[in-house]
This record gives sequence, C-alpha cells and structure tokens, in this order.
Amino acid sequence: MRQAFSIPRFQLPAFVSAIGTRLPQWPHALALTAALNAAARMKLLPQDSLATLEGRSFLVEVLDTGGTACFTYRAGFFRPLFGAPATPDLAFRANLSAFLQLLTRQEDPDTLFFNRELSIEGDTELGLVVKNMLDAIEWPKLPGLPRPHH
Amino acid sequence: MQRQKLPELICPAGSLPALKAAVDNGADAVYLGYKNDTNARNFAGLNFDEKTLGEGVRYAQSRGRHVLMAINTFPQPGREADWQRAVDGAAALGVDAVILADVGLLDYASRRHPDLRLHLSVQGSATSYEAVNFAQREFGVRRAVLPRVLTLAQVEHVIRNTTVEIEVFGFGSLCVMNEGRCWLSSYATGESPNTVGACSPAKYVKWEKSPGQMTTRLNGVLIDRFGDDEPAGYPTLCKGRFEVNGETYYALEEPTSLNVLEILPEIARIGVAAIKVEGRQRSPAYVTQVTRTLRAALDALARESERYHVKPAWQAELAKVSEGNQATLGAYNRPWR
Repeated sequence: MRQAFSIPRFQLPAFVSAIGTRLPQWPHALALTAALNAAARMKLLPQDSLATLEGRSFLVEVLDTGGTACFTYRAGFFRPLFGAPATPDLAFRANLSAFLQLLTRQEDPDTLFFNRELSIEGDTELGLVVKNMLDAIEWPKLPGLPRPHH
Repeated sequence: MQRQKLPELICPAGSLPALKAAVDNGADAVYLGYKNDTNARNFAGLNFDEKTLGEGVRYAQSRGRHVLMAINTFPQPGREADWQRAVDGAAALGVDAVILADVGLLDYASRRHPDLRLHLSVQGSATSYEAVNFAQREFGVRRAVLPRVLTLAQVEHVIRNTTVEIEVFGFGSLCVMNEGRCWLSSYATGESPNTVGACSPAKYVKWEKSPGQMTTRLNGVLIDRFGDDEPAGYPTLCKGRFEVNGETYYALEEPTSLNVLEILPEIARIGVAAIKVEGRQRSPAYVTQVTRTLRAALDALARESERYHVKPAWQAELAKVSEGNQATLGAYNRPWR
C-alpha cells in the first residue's frame, strides 16, 4: 500500500478547540454512527466482533478540534448517545492528525499509543476488539486507482 | 564473496488486510492463525476464520508466496482434539507449512499428514542443534524457528550441525525472550501464551489515567507509571519498572525492539534460511512499513553483497514503529552466553 500523499503530524491551534467545545456535539455522533452503520451494512465489520460491542458505550474525542462523539451499539445498530456517560466503557482520545493517520492506515495504532499520541481508556479487551475490528476492514477498492504491487 | 542464498522474509498477518499488505510489499511468506487458542496470538478480534483464511491463502499462493499456519500453543488436557482439528484444517486448506510447538501434536501431524511440511515453532524452545535434530528425526521437521536468546555465533553453530532449515527473528518487539518457557504471565494472571495463546491477556490489563500520569496494572499488579511525555510499552511483567533494593528501574527488560538490518550480511552468510518479523497483533500499517523496509534491505543485499550498507531511511522507518523507540541487536551480538 503505497501512499500517494501522507498526512503530517500537526496540532490545530488552541482557539479551534476553544470554539469547538462550545458547539453542539450531537452532529459528530450522528455522522460517526451513520458511517459505522454503513460499514456494518456492507458487511465490512466482522459479526463476532460486533456481538461483543452490544450495549457498551464509546467516546471518541478529537482533542484539538474540541469535538466529541458518544455512541453505543444495540440490536444491530450504532446509535448516538446524546448525554455523555460519566465513564464510557471505552474512550479514544487523540488529535485530528493522529485519527486521520489511523483511518488511512498510515500509522499503526500501537505506535501512536506507545508514543502517547493516542489515548485509550476503559475496558482494555473491548479496546482490542475495536482496534482489531478496524484493522480487519477491507476497504472497497476504488476502480481506476493503480494497484500497489511489489 | 560467494553469493549466498537470500533468507526468505516471513511476515505477520493478524487480519486479511495485513496479509495483503505483507504480500503486496514483498514478503516471501506470511504466517497466521485461527481465531482461537490454538495459536500464540489469541487476541480478541484478531486472526482468521474459515472465510478469510480461504481468501488469504488464495491471495498469497496465487502470487507465488507461501502461507504458514501457526498452531503453536500447547493442547490443554481433555481438549487435544481441538488442536488436532486445527492441523487437519490447515492440511485441508493447503497451507505450505504448519508451525507447531508441542511434541504430541508434531507426532500427530507427522503420522496423519505425512506430506504436510512441519516447522518447529519458537515456542518449542529448541536452542541447540541436538533439540532441532531430535525434531527432525522423530517428526520430520523441515525448519526450526530459534528463540531470541542465542548469539549469532550460537545460531551459526546450530546451522553447521543440522540439515534442518533455520529461521530467526529479524524485527519486532522484544520480551525476556525465554519463548515457550516463560512463566511471568502465568505468575500474574494464571494464563500464558502456552496455555491460552496470549501473554498478559487484555482482560487483566488496566490503564489508569490520572493528572500527569498513566498507571498500568496487570491483574492488580502494578507494572509501570508513565509521565505524560514518556513513551508507553506493552503491559507485561517483563517490561515493568520495579523497586529493587531501593531503586526503581526496568528490573527485567527495557521496552525495546529487535532490528537486524546492521547484521543482515552476517545472517545471510551463516546460512539462515528465513527471517521472521514479529507482530501479528499489529496493524496493516505496521506490516506495510516493516515488510517494505526489510524487502528493500534484502534486495539491496542481493544486489550489492559486500557493498551493502544500512540506509538511514530504513532505520528511520523501522524506528517509528518500534516499541520503546529504540532498536537493538538483541542477543545476537551479546558478548556473554
């Protein structure tokens, strides 16, 4: 997988998060759960891993944008939680650049965790399930892009 | 210099995307396991089911690469059939070899599937040529993976005294490296790689955040405390900081990674058949970065032989994914034995 571009390590200025934390947070949760549900519908998420998420609460916080998303997985769907639980079962916190590097598979989550750029708190085994579930996703190939080869 | 056969590059696959990343970036073979306790990376959500296994084997073999199936935990009393079924499944699937540790299972595999190629797992803990030759004589083992406790001279001594192919580790996180014989995880949790397929299983691990620091506990045992700017490591006993005689330090092992780029020509010269990359628990991004780098180094060695030198860009790429951000030659260049 050769990267045509690479996402640099950056941190947004503090005023961004100062504004971001004052904005309503539910759109983030709505967007994230919609994306996760789409992935589940496309059978990109393994069924046995999904089953272990049932009824658990998750928090994703983008530190330098001040955005947070809380959601749960119940009866086959990811659903936004409009009130943030005091202690979610699992919380991921990182700056935007780290999340982008993770999602594009540019960086390894363990690397980001060791370097303290990604914080994972809560149920460690649940964290491992989520991490491995994201790693196992086979993103659909976009036609027209040159295939990487050795 | 006599042109040596280049060691094969064996890369980890904890998922289908990781397998494809390894193949696409130049691995000669991938190693993988079932989603259960028959392999030593039995982590939640990791590894292969029947469907992904079939697709993975097809993907690799259709591109001329090999698939090695790790069934390298020890059959637990009363459940021997589970491990035998795993071997039968691997044989039916047409993998290129199975990597086994338990002598009972080696015996089963050699009798039931005489054409199935057998590799002795690092968990089998064969550190001498006598042990390697025993596995060859009794079970027809074709390759042995040596534990990471040997110096390069000791590896060479094994190679000179056996016809079994020898595989060594080339990159990845280091532990106390007493593979197959380590009791530290069992001491803290009652579970170990040999028994359940995981060292320091995640369900026993707690990361506790408090202002200015993070505390790691394994089944209640304090492993380490990190300041906000300090790098973290895997939550295993061997990488913890403990108070010994009034001093607090890494009493057993510092979090670090093995990296053999510097001694690659030596490894090839002594006749190592294959170099293994640790890390089935790591992501496709890690597999991509490490495979690409080691492939480039091996190709450079084939091209340049004695003019081979380590490129700073390779070291930078590998340092990035190293645990503890430092890489060493491990035991290979140790003066003592």
